[in-house]
Amino acid sequence: MDIEDVRKNVKLLIDGILYNADEAEFMKPGKGRAIYRLKLRNLLDGSTVDRTYHSGEKVEEAHTTNREEQYLYKEGEHYIFMDTETFEQYFINEAQLGNRKNFLKEGMVVVMLMMGEKPIDITLPTFVELKVIESGAATKTGTVTPQMKAATLETGYTVGVPAFVEKGDIIKVDTRTGAYVERISTKK
Amino acid sequence: MIEDEHKRLIRLKSNLRRRALIYEFIRVFFREQDFLEVETPLRVPNIAPELHITPFESEAWFLSTSPELHMKRMLAAGYDKLFQISHCFRRGERGRWHNPEFTMLEWYRIGADYRQMIQDIEQLVVTVTSKLGLSTIVKHRGQNVDLSLPWPKVTVRDAFLHAAGWDPVVEHDSLRFDTDLVTKVLPNFILDRPTVLMDYPAAMASLACLKPGETRVAERAEVFIGGLELANVYSELRDAGEQENRFLQAIEQISKEHGQQIAMPQKFLEAVANLPECGGAALGIDRLVMLLCDVDSIDEVIAFTVDTA
Repeated sequence: MDIEDVRKNVKLLIDGILYNADEAEFMKPGKGRAIYRLKLRNLLDGSTVDRTYHSGEKVEEAHTTNREEQYLYKEGEHYIFMDTETFEQYFINEAQLGNRKNFLKEGMVVVMLMMGEKPIDITLPTFVELKVIESGAATKTGTVTPQMKAATLETGYTVGVPAFVEKGDIIKVDTRTGAYVERISTKK
Repeated sequence: MIEDEHKRLIRLKSNLRRRALIYEFIRVFFREQDFLEVETPLRVPNIAPELHITPFESEAWFLSTSPELHMKRMLAAGYDKLFQISHCFRRGERGRWHNPEFTMLEWYRIGADYRQMIQDIEQLVVTVTSKLGLSTIVKHRGQNVDLSLPWPKVTVRDAFLHAAGWDPVVEHDSLRFDTDLVTKVLPNFILDRPTVLMDYPAAMASLACLKPGETRVAERAEVFIGGLELANVYSELRDAGEQENRFLQAIEQISKEHGQQIAMPQKFLEAVANLPECGGAALGIDRLVMLLCDVDSIDEVIAFTVDTA
């Protein structure tokens, strides 16, 4: 595609590496030539790089698709997902997931970014509901703030929760910040 | 996601009100100095051939890229102080600071050179700011910008030597110039003051005259505020032969690089021969409104951009 047509969040393949254009800035001195500055995020390792282009240059657009996939289970370093339409199974490495593994619960449906048949990245729902499997007393060293205590969730993730939350409760967590939002239900 | 039109227009209302006030104060500023406000055509048979300004075609004519040629034809006929607020059209220019149709304030003063035109810009911006009831320290993009006069000035040569490590007056490399200007020189400008970039290399003189005694540079300057290019000024070129040569070069390059045929603006060249000594300035009004409304996108100061029209 022409560099002129690159917009924010277009996926590009540069030197064989898949990038997301986090920013695409058009700059032009009044009498000078147009300069396009892209902030590119490597979708495999999350690193970012700035690149400068000029009018007339071309870049390769990556043909990616978004598919709904269900998280099945973890096997070694691999997190296994299944396409909800085709039932094809794909995996993503633990390193690629980063902190997001803290919010993945078996059976959860996520949006998988695919390039051809290659899984690239997942987008989690903004809020997930997870069960508390352990929660200390509010006075323990795990206390996060005076009103909060530590709780371990079914995914192994530890989060600060209000003192009233107990083992067995289901709580809502914001996957963008990793923070507790509210209690959904109490242990029956 | 496309924002709902009703919501967008309501949100823009305070900026558009301020925009209207700015127009009013600009007109007062020039009328008080006996400038005549003029209108020249938006659809024109000829434009100034410039390699990096691409016109929209309109049947066999063009949409105006700048009112410069017609205003200078009026100066050549004896008008002495002119200003105009007009829409200009430049193809492919779209980004956070660009819309292909934008508003230019352009003015000319007989007997003035580029230094006086810079003073005009300084006075105009400070006057409009004060009439809006704003202090001379305006906030833009989280940064305080002190507009008090005079504004710091730096030559293109010094700015490039300092920020990019080479001298564009001696070395001619326009690709490197444009890239380094945007990626190195502008980001190096002090953030809390406007900067006037003076004395462009002769190869980038465009319609400006060369500096007497130092013909490797032109009497051309650009004003930057908060990283935004706000205005461009010239001591106007009055040598018709020299102007024709520059246009011929540009026409040839445009044909080679873009495959577009641009005709020589003959009526304008005839006028150049009769042009009195004068200075000219062109200021992007959308950018000025952005600065004085403390917004970071041209979409916040135009009711309908190319994407919402």
